Amino acid sequence: MRYVLRRLGFFVLTLWAALTINFFIPRFMPGSPLQALRARTFNKLSPAALEEMLTSFGYKPHENVGVQYLDYLGHMFTGNWGVSIGSALGEPITKIVGQALPWTLGLVGVATVLAFLAGSVIGVLAGWRRGGTLDSILPSVFVVTSALPYFWVGLLLILFFSVWTGGWLPSDFNYDSSVQPGFTPEFILDVLRHAILPGLTIFITAVGGWVLTMRNNMITTLAEDYIRMGRAKGLTNRKIMYQYAARNAFLPNLSGFAMSLGFVISGAILVEYVFNYPGLGYLLYNAVQNTDYPLMQVLFMLFTVAVLVSVLLCDFATAWLDPRSRAKG
Amino acid sequence: MTALLTTSPSATAPPSPRRRGGGILRAVLRNRKALIGLVIFGVFTVLAAVPQLFTSVTEPNKLAFPPALPPSAEHWLGTTSLGQDIWAQLVYGTRQSLVIALVAGFFATVLSVLVGISAAYLGGLADDVFSMIINIFLIIPTFPLIIILATYAGKGTTTVVLVVLVVTGWSYGANQLRAQALSLRNRDFLESARVRGERRSYIILAEMLPTMTSLIVANFLGAALYSVLTAAGLQFLGLGDPNSISWGTMLYWSQNQQALQSGMPLWSIAPGLCVALLGVSFALLNYAFDEIGNPALRPVRRRRAAA
Repeated sequence: MRYVLRRLGFFVLTLWAALTINFFIPRFMPGSPLQALRARTFNKLSPAALEEMLTSFGYKPHENVGVQYLDYLGHMFTGNWGVSIGSALGEPITKIVGQALPWTLGLVGVATVLAFLAGSVIGVLAGWRRGGTLDSILPSVFVVTSALPYFWVGLLLILFFSVWTGGWLPSDFNYDSSVQPGFTPEFILDVLRHAILPGLTIFITAVGGWVLTMRNNMITTLAEDYIRMGRAKGLTNRKIMYQYAARNAFLPNLSGFAMSLGFVISGAILVEYVFNYPGLGYLLYNAVQNTDYPLMQVLFMLFTVAVLVSVLLCDFATAWLDPRSRAKG
Repeated sequence: MTALLTTSPSATAPPSPRRRGGGILRAVLRNRKALIGLVIFGVFTVLAAVPQLFTSVTEPNKLAFPPALPPSAEHWLGTTSLGQDIWAQLVYGTRQSLVIALVAGFFATVLSVLVGISAAYLGGLADDVFSMIINIFLIIPTFPLIIILATYAGKGTTTVVLVVLVVTGWSYGANQLRAQALSLRNRDFLESARVRGERRSYIILAEMLPTMTSLIVANFLGAALYSVLTAAGLQFLGLGDPNSISWGTMLYWSQNQQALQSGMPLWSIAPGLCVALLGVSFALLNYAFDEIGNPALRPVRRRRAAA
C-alpha cells in the first residue's frame, strides 16, 4: 500500500512540474504569444475578442503571475482549455483534440503494444537459447533497427510500397475521402489499409529495443539460483522458461515500457507528420507551424498525462505481479 | 598523481595503466560490432574534417546546376529540384550532424555525471531532491517539449538545438550513473580513501570516476545517438536553420519539395541513410561496450554450442 501511495505522490508531483514548465515557457521565452497572436489575427478580430481569447488562454498580462498561475492550473484540470488561435481560429481546443485523439490512440497505441509484446517474446526465445541461431543473428539486427530514425523508415516504406508499386498502399491520411465514415466493413478496411505503413514504421523501430532488453534480462535471470533449483527439481524446460525465468525477466521490462512512452510519442509525432496522419502529433506540428500557443500547451500537457498514466498503470501492475515491490514499501 | 609521475620514466617495464588501455583497444578490435561501429564513425569523421577532398563543389547550397538531374558521373547522386548537387550536400552536411551529436552528447554526459554522482555521493536529502529531478526529466516527454522550446526560442539557430538537446538528454544517464555510484559508495577502497583523509573532491574524481569509465562512455554513446536522431528529426520538421548544411536540413527540403513523389528518392533517402548509419555506429559501439563490460552478454563461442 505504501508503495502505491508513493507512486501516486510521484504522479502528482511530476504532473505539477510538467504543468509548471508548460506555464512558464511562454513567459520566459523571447517573442510573446501576445505578439504572435496580434500578428496572426490582424484585421480578423476586434481587440475585445482578442482580449477575451487571451483570458481563456490564461494569459492576463495585467494580473499578477501567482493569480495567473492558479487560474491556469484550474483551467487545465477542468478541461477549460480555451480556443485555438491557429488555422482553425476560434475553435474550442477540446473539440480539435477530441477529433485527433482516437487516431493517435488507435495507431500509435496498438503499434507500440504489439511491438512491446512481440519484442518481449522474441527476447525470451533469444535469451533462452544462448548461442543458438536466433541469438547469434538477432542482437546485431535489432541494434541496427533500434537506431534507425523513425521518419526515415517511414520514407523508405512509402518509397517501396507506395511510390514504386504505384500506390499499392496509401501513404497519407487516415482514410480515403471517397469512403463514407461509419461502421461499414468498407470504411474499417480502408482505415486499416491506411494504418499499415505508419503502424509498421513504429513497429520496426520500436521492437528492437524490447528484444535487446528482454534478452539481457533473461540472461541475467537464468543465472539465478532458483532456476538451478528448478532444474534440480526436474521441472520441464517449458515451465522453467515461462513461469520462472520469463516472468521475472519481464518485470524490469514492464517499468521500462512505461518510461519509454515518451520516446514513442516523439517517434509518433514524426511518423504522423511523414504520413500526414491526423493524430495528436500532426496536430502539434501544425500548432507549431501556426504558433498556436494554447493548442501547443494543451498537447504537451496531454502527452505528459499519457506517459504518467501509463507509468502509474505499470507501477500498479508491478505491485500486483511482484510481491517484493509491495514488501519494500 | 605523483606516484604515476615517478613510475612513468622507467621505460623498461611498461606501466600497468598502459597495458590496460591496450586491453580495451584489443577488446574493441576483437568485437565485430565495435569494429563496424568504429569504421563507420571513422569514415564520417574523415568526411567531416576534409569535405573538400571528396567533391569538387565548394558551395553545396548554391543553386549552381540544372535541377532534378538523375545520378551521373558528374553528379553522383543527381541534383535537387532546386539545382544543388546532392552528393556535395551530403559530404558537407556531415560536419554539422557529427558536431551536434558529439557536442550535445558530451555536455549531456557531463551533466549526467555531475548530477548522478553528486546525488549518490551526497545521499540523504540532496539525493532525494536530485533523484526526483532526474525522474521528472525522465518521464516528461522530451520531443514535444523540444519542439515547443525550439518554437518559442525562435526557429533556426543551431545553438538552440544544442542547448535543448543537452537539457533533455541527460536524465537517462544520470539515473544509471547514480545507481552505479550508489553501489560503489560503501566499497572498501572508498572507505580506505576516506580513512586516509582524502578530500571529497579527490575521492569522487580520482577514486570513483575511473571505476565508472565504461558506463560513462556508454552513456556518452547513448546521448550521442539520441542527439543524432533528435536533431535530424527537429531539422526534418523545419525547426533547424533552413540555410544550414546538414543531413536534417536536406531532409527538410526534400520533404518540402516532395522528392519521393517527384522521382528524386535519393534526395531524401541518402541523408536519411547517413543519419541512420551514424546512429547505428553509436548504437553498435554502445552495445559492444556493454558486452565488453558485462561478459555474461557476450556471444557464446561456437565450440560450446557444438559440445
